[in-house]
Amino acid sequence: MSFDVGCEKCEELLQGYLDRDLAPTEVAVAEGHLNSCDYCRRRYRFEETLRRYIRTTASERIPPGLMQKLAELREQSPYAT
Amino acid sequence: MSEAEAADARRIATEARDRVRFEEEALELADQVYRVARRLVGTREEAEELVQETYARAFRSWRSYTHGTNMRAWLLRILTNLNVDRGRRIQRSPDVQPLEEGDYYLANKVAAAEGEQALEQERVVERLSQHGVVDALSGIPHDFRDVVVLVDIGDFSYADAAQILDIPIGTVMSRLHRGRRLLKQKLAEETLA
Repeated sequence: MSFDVGCEKCEELLQGYLDRDLAPTEVAVAEGHLNSCDYCRRRYRFEETLRRYIRTTASERIPPGLMQKLAELREQSPYAT
Repeated sequence: MSEAEAADARRIATEARDRVRFEEEALELADQVYRVARRLVGTREEAEELVQETYARAFRSWRSYTHGTNMRAWLLRILTNLNVDRGRRIQRSPDVQPLEEGDYYLANKVAAAEGEQALEQERVVERLSQHGVVDALSGIPHDFRDVVVLVDIGDFSYADAAQILDIPIGTVMSRLHRGRRLLKQKLAEETLA
């Protein structure tokens, strides 16, 4: 059974869907619409790509010297043996 | 050695072992902690300082960590508290103007400028620059940015983010929602200008 709710409802559900935070009935509603609507499916993929892109580009590795400094803090800990 | 002394020695040895285990586990998480810290503050220097202060405090108060719970969230809670203590919250009132644009805002802008095909993965990645994403993120008011950074970059659950920031889970969700929309608006301004 599927009841198509339209693009507006799909837009509303999409972030929660990507966060895997929807109730099973809402997942069914979102997927029912995504399966039948090119417009929303493209936007779904776009959002997915965007999130992945943000996560990778905005992530900076720890600078090499900082790791060393943190390890040294450990030796200054008042409980250090 | 009396029995009491032996018991004492055992206790000290156990504690030393627990502390070392704690420190090692904490240091293994340093890269992940830094990645979040780096996006919560404006510069690399600030992020480095903040992470160092966090670890100094964590190493001092390791006994308050409960073994087996989420240490990354525990460290981030220290870090976000320190960040607030540093007085970065000058901007106390998050902007309350209504956001009229929906969640499809950026996608629709891209599609309007270049056609629906521009929404394909490779085209999206070509269009957005690393610089643009970082700038857009740093332009979001703190209260919203904190949540976006914890969830979308730190990969924390809503519940963890709520605990780290000491706010209700519903607030995490509403700030995340708004923060992501603000981010998209800024990305649209920067990449489609």
